Order: sequence, then C-alpha cells, then structure tokens
Amino acid sequence: MAARDQHGIGAPWGDAAAGDPANRAFQVVGKPHRKIDGLAKATGRAQYADDLVLPGMLHAKTLRSPHAHAMIVAIDASKAKALPGVHAVITGADLPIKYGVIPWTQDEHALALDKVRFIGDEVAAVAAIDEDTANAALKLIRVEYEPLHAFLDPRESLARPEPKIHEESKTGNVSKHVDLAFGDVDAALASAEVVVEGDYVFHGTTHAAIEPHCAVAQFSAEGRLTVWSSTQITHYVHRALAKVLELPIQKIRVVQPALGGAFGGKSDPFSLEFCVAKLAMFTGRPVKMLYTREEVFYCHRGRHPMKLRYRTAASKDGKIDAVDAKILIDGGSYSSFGLVTTYYSGQLLTGPYHFPTYRFDSTRVFTNKPPCGPKRGHGSVQPRFAFEVQLDELAEKLALDPIELRRRNFQGDFTRTVNGQRITSNGFLACLDEVERASGWRARRAKLGRGRGLGVAGSMYISGTNYPVYPNKMPQAGIQLAVERSGRVTVFTGSNDIGQGSNSMVAYVVAEELGMDVADIRVVAADTDLVPVDLGAYSSRVTFMVGNATIDAARKLRTQIAGAVAKEWQIDAARVRMGNGKVFDLDSTERCITTAEAFQIAEARCDTLGATGSYNTPTLGGDYRGGTIGASPAYSFTAHVVEASVDVETGRITCHKVWIAHDCGRALNPMLVAGQMEGSAYMGIAEALLEDHGVNRFGLHAGPSLLDYRIPTSVDTPELRR
Amino acid sequence: MRVLHLLINGDRVTVAAPEHWTLLEVLRYELGLTGSKQGCDKGDCGACTVLVDGKPVLACLTLAALCEERAVTTIEGLLPAHVKSGGSGPDPVQAAFDECGALQCGFCQPGMMLSARALLDRNACPTRTEIQDALAGNLCRCTGYTQIVEAVELAVAKHCGVAPRRPGSARPRGRSRPPPRRA
Ligand code: FES
Ligand code: FES
Repeated sequence: MAARDQHGIGAPWGDAAAGDPANRAFQVVGKPHRKIDGLAKATGRAQYADDLVLPGMLHAKTLRSPHAHAMIVAIDASKAKALPGVHAVITGADLPIKYGVIPWTQDEHALALDKVRFIGDEVAAVAAIDEDTANAALKLIRVEYEPLHAFLDPRESLARPEPKIHEESKTGNVSKHVDLAFGDVDAALASAEVVVEGDYVFHGTTHAAIEPHCAVAQFSAEGRLTVWSSTQITHYVHRALAKVLELPIQKIRVVQPALGGAFGGKSDPFSLEFCVAKLAMFTGRPVKMLYTREEVFYCHRGRHPMKLRYRTAASKDGKIDAVDAKILIDGGSYSSFGLVTTYYSGQLLTGPYHFPTYRFDSTRVFTNKPPCGPKRGHGSVQPRFAFEVQLDELAEKLALDPIELRRRNFQGDFTRTVNGQRITSNGFLACLDEVERASGWRARRAKLGRGRGLGVAGSMYISGTNYPVYPNKMPQAGIQLAVERSGRVTVFTGSNDIGQGSNSMVAYVVAEELGMDVADIRVVAADTDLVPVDLGAYSSRVTFMVGNATIDAARKLRTQIAGAVAKEWQIDAARVRMGNGKVFDLDSTERCITTAEAFQIAEARCDTLGATGSYNTPTLGGDYRGGTIGASPAYSFTAHVVEASVDVETGRITCHKVWIAHDCGRALNPMLVAGQMEGSAYMGIAEALLEDHGVNRFGLHAGPSLLDYRIPTSVDTPELRR
Repeated sequence: MRVLHLLINGDRVTVAAPEHWTLLEVLRYELGLTGSKQGCDKGDCGACTVLVDGKPVLACLTLAALCEERAVTTIEGLLPAHVKSGGSGPDPVQAAFDECGALQCGFCQPGMMLSARALLDRNACPTRTEIQDALAGNLCRCTGYTQIVEAVELAVAKHCGVAPRRPGSARPRGRSRPPPRRA
C-alpha cells in the first residue's frame, strides 16, 4: 500500500475527489524545478569516485586473461612484487570466496581462482605508487594457461555440455531455463484464424556510461573498511564485500559519490571493489582503481543477445488469441542477474496488450564472452522488439493499420495479466493517440514515398518489483528526516542518484509535504554509515518506492508538527496547514508563522524532531514458481512513433524523428521525466541502428573503445519529441 | 620530471610533472582541478575538453608541456571569470544547462559546456545546426542531447534578448565526428 493511503492528516493539497476545488494545487510537484545538485555538476564541483584523492593513496591495476576459456596452471608474481614501487600483488587465492548479485547463482570470483572464462576476465591485481608502476608490474606477472574449447555461439553452448564453463552448473552450459504456460496455447494456435510466426535476433549492446568504473578503499587502524565506489547499488556491494572479505558488515562503509551514468552497468558488485579493499587491507594504504575504457567494455553486464522465435495467433479482426515464444539467451561467462533476465524475457511481455493465452520457453546459456546483465529495460527490450515486429507482420497480413491493431488488443486498466500481474491505471491508449496525432500518422503515413515510413511500437515496464534480490521481510526503501530549528530538513536516503535525479526527487517530495522551499532541504544519500537501507537504483524502482517512503516519513513529521502547532493555538490539528514556507490556520489565515517557527514550537513541545518512513510492496504476482518476478506495484506504459528512411542502394537506415508518449503516472518533475524519455529513446535508436557489442572469432572484443562502439553524437541523434 | 609554467584559469602556476603527462593528468592529479573528466583517455568522448587560448581541446590528448604560456580554461574557471567580468553567479551557459535539466549524471557536462562556451565566444547567435556541430565531439550517454541543445539555445536567447527557438528545425544527418583536437 502506498504510504499516502496509510498516514497522516491528509495530503497537503487536499484529499477531496479529483477535480474538486477544495483541493489545492501542488506547489512543488509537477513543476520543472532545477536539480538540487545541478550547479554543483555544472561548475565541476561534484565529486565522482575518480576525483577522490586520499593521502598516501596507491593506484591499482588488474591483469586480465588473454584467453576466452582456459585453466590457470600457475601464476608467478614474484618479479612483479620485487619491482620498486609495488606494494602488493593479489591473485584469486587471496579472495577465494564466491559472490554474485543473485544469492542462488553466485559464480564469480574477484580474481580468477583456477580458470578464466572470457578475454578480459580478472586474474591478478597490483597496487603501486602510481599507475605507470602498476602497469609495469602487470607485465612482470607470469601466468601459465591451459586453453580450453571456447564457446562463442549460444547454440553450441546449448548443444554441447562439455567442457563446462561453470563446473557447478547442473545441466551442461545452461545457466537458467524457464518454461511457463498460461492457458491452452496449443488449442488456441490450432483453432486460430491467422497465425504469424517468425525468428528474430537481438544483438548485444552495452551501457557505455561516460564515467568508467572506479573504486577507492581505505582500511583504518580500527579495522574499519571504507569503499567509495561508482556503484548504483550500494547495499549489494556492502553485502558482497562483507561476504568475500569475511568482515563483519557493520565494520564496512560503502559510499557512492556522484555517479557518471550507469544504466544498469554498475548494478553488480565488480572485481575492482574487492581488489581495492583487499589491497588496502594488505598495504595499510588507501588504494584506488580506475578502469580504462577498454576494461569497462570487458566488464560489460550489458544487454543479452537473444534469438527469439514467436508465434502469434489472432482472429480476423486482429484480436490476439495466443502468443508462443521460444528464446535462446546468450548470457556470456557469468550469471550476474541472468536468472532474472531469463524470467523477464517472458514475464514482462504480457502488457499493454491482452493475451488470452501465453507460453514462453527461455533458456540462458553461458558463453566465453563478457558477462551480460541488466541494461535499461532489463530483459524486456529484446522480446519487445521481436513481438512488436510480429504485430506489424500481423497487421500487414490482416490489412489493418498497425496502431489500430494495437488499440484493439489493449488490455484495459485495473486488470490482471494472463501471468497474474496486477495492472492498475493504464494510459497506453492515450499514449497511442498522442503519437498518432503528433506524427500526423493518418495523413502522412501513406504519402512518404518509397523508402521512407512511420513505425509504431508500444511497451510497458515495471516500477520495481515486489521481490527483493535476497529474500527478506524488511522494507525495500527507508528514509530518515532530521529537522533543524533553523527551518532546514535533512533527508537521509539509501537510494542511489545515478543522474536520474533521485536526490532531487526526495527533496521535491519533502518540500511538497511540508510546504517548504526546496532550497531548505538537504539530501544525504548512498552512504551506508549514514543512511537507512534502500535496495538501490535498478528495475526503475526509485521514484516509486523511495518516493513513497519519503511521503511516509514526511507525513509522520507533518502530523507531529501540525499537532504541536494546533496545541499551541488551541485549535483542531486538521486546521493547521503547511505551505509556501508558512504554517497557518485554515480557518483564519492571518494566523500564520514561518516553517522555522513551527519547527521550534514542535521541538519545544515534543522533542528533537525527526521521522522515519519506509516502503514495502504489497503481495503481488502469480501463485506459481517465478510468479513474483516481474510483479510490480505499478507499471508504466509508452508508445513511440518513428519516422525513418532507408537508402535503397546502400541499405543505410536513417531515423529522422521520434515521437514519444509515456504514461509514468504523475510526473514529479516533468523536465526530468522528459530527460529520461529522450535519453531512453536515444539509447534505443542507437541500439537498433548503430551499436553492437560483439566479439571476433577468438572471443576478443570487436572494438572496446568509444570510437569503435558507435554511440550517437549530437548530430547523429534524431529529433526527439515528447 | 619537468617543471611546467602554466596559465590556468587566469593564474600563473608552476608544477612539476612527468614529461609524458597530459594536460588532463596535470589538471586532475597535480592541480586538483577534477572538474575536467576522463571518460576514455584516448580522444573519443570529449569529457576532458578544456579551452586552450579559447579553443576547445581534448586534454587527454594534449601534452601538458605543450600548454606552457597558453591560457587554459577549465570548468572551474567559468564562474570566477563571469563574476570578474561583472556578472553574478555561474556563467550563462552553466545557468542554462541547470535551468533546462540538461545535467543528468553530469559527467560529460564540463566538456560539453566548455565546447558550448567556445562556440558562443566566436559566434554569439549560432543556429541549431551550428550548436549540434560544435557539440559533436562531446558524447553524452544520458540526455539524448535535446535538453543540452535547448540549454545552449536558451543561453543564446538570453544573450541576444530573443525567445528561444522551439524544437523542429531541420538538421543535416550522418555521423560526422570532428577529427581529434589537439592544442
Ligand atoms: S577523456 Fe575521452 S576524449 Fe579525453
Ligand atoms: S549527462 Fe550523463 S553523460 Fe551526459
């Protein structure tokens, strides 16, 4: 249940029915406020992980495997250790405990223990007085390998169980298999009026955040470890460090400084976080490791390549009867979030269209390539691409307008999907209407001439899921508010601002709830010594879950303050309102004090002021194994129209314009929402037309640089209209 | 080691650094000017862009030794320079980026804003296409560039006293990344 349904003296903007004039307008929410850290970033003052310099800090570098698949026979680091300026060299034997973000599939070592699984796999790490010395030391480490057969094609991994890439996997080189059916798909296919089927391929892509991964560690004389890391999930790094280093978790502090982009690519615990920690413990000095751009490409955790086969059965008027999917997922060399990816590849397709029956069979296999993981729209983008293309094929077969076909299959609002997911409000039709209108679809579509056209696609995505990565009953998001008698409120949040603006979002919410100026709110975030736990920036969960936790805390505080002021004024608490930096009596508004004065009254009457709040999801999802994966407390919906042309001689495709409509619920800050819409549309076009995260026939990355990996510049990006 | 006499954000500074160090290394690691970012260290991303004698250059490809006696402007220098020339607060480009929501993760932005500053210094009223071309050497992975271009247009509009253009003007197509810039 959302916090606003549980607490307090009602919303500051009134609780009357929608449209009732008794409701006050929002004061902060819905307005294009600046970000609270905007000017810090604009002036170069914001500190990112690599901007940290600690006294006596050493620099660390990683030795990586030149083989796609090999046993490590021997490592000799004696020469490297003897190099002047080298303080420590560590190998797999120093960090032998496995980790992995999903508790059931922990198959990673910070440094390879006995075998390497892709070109770029981490083998050893060196800490030295500077980067040049550390690099020189890497060259002195002798590693003897015994190469094994390298799997580069997922079909081979499926067909050939030996040699196993992971000895502990039960079924050859299969990482995860999910097979779920809802309703009688075969009967629907057999009796359908039309069936379309097709094979689709989605190549791999990567995040390519402009900031490379970086971590700094310090181990104090008291035995406390601090790690500053460019992570988007402080909490899981915290847990993983405790496990691998065998340190009590309360002795570890993880801090996320300003983060230079993530998009899912900084969700896993990474080798460098363990290495800097261990090296700091070994040397007694702070240690920093900054990945080169090339190394970032090896770390990857990007979009899984998928081979997808879809069959869709429909009636003559275009109503879908059944969807049947078979998907082969190339996971790369480690599990990462792959268990979730495998479920998401099927579970997230069941909207915004109504599927009476549905079946998917998804298999993720290991290959000797950089490991895949979660990237923006985790696990859902590849099936969505395939299925939307199939819908177009269906429209063509039935001579139906593609937008009309999508409209006819709209699932409706306040409903349940075939796989048991609860859909609440659903603005998909409005999104379709808007892009149809804005693009001039009806008037222009047939008149664009040969080689140029308009295309449409729809989608939905989660706002977090109700299943935390490690099972526990505690809240998914926690918030603390500290009130200062000067009229300032400080928010303590575990959420990770990765550029999306979550720190600003919590400030807007507190400002709205307490009727304050955003400038009087400070946010302390993502520092495990200071803030309550939040599960981090993934699965598009932060605004929904952390926002609700913030409302929860702010309402408790408001109740306390309004209660104290009401007693002071000897009126009913319901008459006390907070807004515009003032606290006033609703019935006689000339009785009015500043927020700071109200805080002082409350502090005098109650105690030092503060509040906590939390959010946890209700029970959601289907009653079957995996039924909660992809079950979200809220879904967002979108429709896009793209105008593209193809050069019929060269085959070169140019995307000219994109019209975007998105139902994200209430836009807390429409300017930041627009930035997310444009940024994701840009990334999607780049994935479709330019980017390819491939390897050559030896398993070597095809081009691990920002020049070879073709991300669009300002002149390549089409016009984006929201 | 080499002793370098540099002119950084209007100040004469003397630092000792290894001969092979780039301007980016000297700025970040010797002078503590960490506003200039390193996204690739090989001339591909533009995050390290600084101005040398008013022209945008990639600090990661520029030897510090080649910048002696040349005026280097980093992102940290914009606000003080604006204040010194009689303005208040941040440079209009910085203010416009903030106002337009163009700063997401912010990592590309110091370089982006310096490219924009250099453009506006040589052309106070650029067209949308000219803005896009001037920023084509600065990769941004967050924004899709729309709010960035709008921010530069806002800075232009404020400077020229006209209303900012709305999106919609035509632009040339194709990937045209300018050659790496060196001092
Ligand atoms: S750091 Fe990427 S161009 Fe200089
Ligand atoms: S704002 Fe993140 S890369 Fe541009």
